[in-house]
Amino acid sequence: MDKNRFFFEHYGLTERDLEKYLAAALSAGGDYADLYFEYLSSTSLGVDESMVKTASQGISAGCGIRVLSGERTGYAYTDDLSPARILHAARTAALIASGPAKTPSAGFQQTQARSLYPVTLPSVDAEITAKVELVMRADAAARAYDPRIKEVRASYADELRNILVVGSDGTFAEDSQPLARMNVSTIAKTESNSARGTSGGGGRVALDFFFGDKTPEYFAKEASRQAILQLDAREAPAGEMEVVLGPGWPGVLLHEAVGHGLEADFNRKQTSAFAGLIGKRVASEKCTVVDNGTMPWRRGSLNVDDEGHPTQETVLIEKGILKGYLSDKLSAKLMGTADTGNGRRESYEHIPMPRMTNTYMLSGEDHPEDIIRSVKNGIYAVNFGGGQVDITSGKFVFSASEAYLIENGQVTAPIKGATLIGNGPDVLTRVSMVGNDLKLDEGVGTCGKDGQAVPVGVGIPTVKVDRLTVGGTARKDPGGFMQ
Amino acid sequence: MPTELEKQTEIDLKELAQDLVARAMKAGATAAECVVREGDEFSTLVRKGQVETLKESGSRAIGVRVFNGSRAASTYSSDFSRDGLERMLKSAIELSKITSEDPFAGIPEREQLGAISGDLNLYSDDVYSLPGEQRIEYARRCEKAALDYDPRIKNSEGGSFDAATGQKILANSHGFVGEYRRSYCSVSAVPIAQTDDGAMQRDFWYSVARSLKNLDSPEEVGKIAAQRTVRRLGGRKVKTAHVPVVLDPLVATSLLSHIYEGVNGDSVYRGASFLAGKLGEKIAADHVTVIDDGTIPGGFGTTPFDGEGIPTRRTVVIENGVLKSYLLNTYTAKKLKLQTTGNASRGLAGTPGIGLGNYFLQPGTKTPKQLIGEIQDGLYVTEFLGSGANLVTGDYSRGASGLWICGGELAYPVEEITVAGNLKEMFRNISEIADDLEFRGSVASPTLRIDGLLVGGE
Repeated sequence: MDKNRFFFEHYGLTERDLEKYLAAALSAGGDYADLYFEYLSSTSLGVDESMVKTASQGISAGCGIRVLSGERTGYAYTDDLSPARILHAARTAALIASGPAKTPSAGFQQTQARSLYPVTLPSVDAEITAKVELVMRADAAARAYDPRIKEVRASYADELRNILVVGSDGTFAEDSQPLARMNVSTIAKTESNSARGTSGGGGRVALDFFFGDKTPEYFAKEASRQAILQLDAREAPAGEMEVVLGPGWPGVLLHEAVGHGLEADFNRKQTSAFAGLIGKRVASEKCTVVDNGTMPWRRGSLNVDDEGHPTQETVLIEKGILKGYLSDKLSAKLMGTADTGNGRRESYEHIPMPRMTNTYMLSGEDHPEDIIRSVKNGIYAVNFGGGQVDITSGKFVFSASEAYLIENGQVTAPIKGATLIGNGPDVLTRVSMVGNDLKLDEGVGTCGKDGQAVPVGVGIPTVKVDRLTVGGTARKDPGGFMQ
Repeated sequence: MPTELEKQTEIDLKELAQDLVARAMKAGATAAECVVREGDEFSTLVRKGQVETLKESGSRAIGVRVFNGSRAASTYSSDFSRDGLERMLKSAIELSKITSEDPFAGIPEREQLGAISGDLNLYSDDVYSLPGEQRIEYARRCEKAALDYDPRIKNSEGGSFDAATGQKILANSHGFVGEYRRSYCSVSAVPIAQTDDGAMQRDFWYSVARSLKNLDSPEEVGKIAAQRTVRRLGGRKVKTAHVPVVLDPLVATSLLSHIYEGVNGDSVYRGASFLAGKLGEKIAADHVTVIDDGTIPGGFGTTPFDGEGIPTRRTVVIENGVLKSYLLNTYTAKKLKLQTTGNASRGLAGTPGIGLGNYFLQPGTKTPKQLIGEIQDGLYVTEFLGSGANLVTGDYSRGASGLWICGGELAYPVEEITVAGNLKEMFRNISEIADDLEFRGSVASPTLRIDGLLVGGE
């Protein structure tokens, strides 16, 4: 990879300039300074009532400057990439430190990074007519699925993010990060009932992804199937019960229950329910959970994180034992641990912090059918909306959007959406069976932390949790569920 | 260098917006709209007495929406250079050739446009008046008050002080041009309490104001944050049961938000809301009156005009339980054959959505204490987790924590429980509304009681 690419070409930046900005950032001392240049172009299209009602394109560019001094962070940014503005921002960020000026290391070493999403033509540069075709096809397919599908909205969005990260330690990393996704949402109606369905997917892929296996029709049928199914959904049960999670997106359980709690900043500050549990049992021995930023084409993957560090596969829980945290530069330095390449940020306006990439549980040895058969009274949850966690108390929720009753080992009636609630540090200790069918989500996850949104992935095999609280509206009677 | 910096900030953004509209029309648009946003922010976080972060910056961005007959498209940019703006305009015009003809699309009629007059008291430059050290001191004092309040407060996510100012400009091809400036400052604390067995709880409190002089004292904010945190220690689960549920003012706003989502014109015309088609019908208990008012001076939801240049107004959404009005912008009003309520919200890109002014539930007469005092066995919710409301069906299921009510008193903390029902019934089952309405944002609610919900636990 040639190191004088995007920003050097578009903004006439030179290495000399970068050294000058870093020197200004360290003009009041400080341990470390870095610059994050970002140029983001994006497109989005929406179809509603079978009309392309919205089409929008935009460009956002800027530079964020960070200065670290002990545990302190000074931060400033500018959306004007002229030298005067960048220097002004660098001097503002510098104010966090108060000491004699430091000199950045001379010269830069380019980070050797993977090439996880080598698209030749980024979708953001592809013909808009092809994208219009995608949303119109989704609309048609969703309506054709069933006459009870009355409302369809489909959207397509893509972006290309060019970044350059340089640090006072000689860090020099560039990346060009494509991201694309489609979403379809439907409403099914009968005279007496309405229900909704949603589906979507994508990744760090080019437009051809949506002309391959994951076509608009694929997402449209899935959204319509869910809406039609929900028309007949019964009330969900309430209270503690056995819960079987289907493979794929239900991995949001891991993201909420353990992922956030294992971000290094919370553990450095001892504010996480997982603080001090390294080496301890936090899950049944059937559970091995990893965070992996190196999966080709995946939504949560990155060649380098937003601090210029290569991403990696990090084992969080191995056979039930807590092994490690997800770290950025600052926490790694302060905790004396390795930087795991999880320093991420929403944009140049934001301070990086430890974040997940693709978080999933490895396959076990149980057959999914056996897992279902082992449950007398419980629920089988296969699709979820979002989730949330309080990392301090450990309590987390995630909301099932497609779930069924399990009665005497058989999957029976579909039930209405319900929130599931549990306690992060012990929910995985109640995992008694793990399927051999690990699946990753379709590529629609966005994670929020401290007001910053970043794309992530999740995955899980079929898993049985012996006890989890389900927030339905139907009370259990001793023999099963009341209807 | 300094002269160069000054020159750049002195571009008249109002003129720029009007100029871009004119250029869009010259380039063939049949109607056009331009929005410019400029803002700056300061934030500091102090943790365990030490500054952890200091952030200070400003940014701006511009967006245009153009019409090619009844086809619309929009573009935006953070690049204000001649080339950057030219490229933004050109791609908007190009993009407007590929969207569908939508007979309902367009900017408002000329005679609808305007702004409410008078000083709305939205801007005070005192939010930046504190010198740097004192801003940090605000955050530090707030955190310290929390840490000092109780020995069980052993850790903290910090105290913070934030300030921001912003300017928004809107211009369109009917000759409308308007602008407003707003300021904001806030102080908050997030303490962590711990029991001897190591179990931790965190909570928070904050104060927010448009002027520094209206901000609660950092000490008061820190103290309340500590009280809210300590009372959570030792939380337990409860047995699954149908009990009265009381929502504290902060979490009660979420119920108001569900009403808003239900009367949002976008959901209504699509039939994606369980409140669609219910105008004039009884949808809530008799004493439920919900108002959206974008005109209250100094309000967090106040603006002189909405995202399309329509003057803001006061709209009674629900009056004594009867649904009186949806919240609409120009497009959704046309779809529903109604008039806009001046609730258009406009980001940089895309078509205008629906937004809120100052939106609140009219208070009742009982104090929260009286209201709780009438309950033998029930749940007082101080936090909801997750977003489990389905606006199409009204189905509602969320994670919760709070305090258990025993014999009319807040008895002990509870957690890891769920609250479930259906919004259609929940609005009708709002059996009590307290007198403690206070704006801590643009949506505000008094304490309220709902009957008939199922609390899920063991």
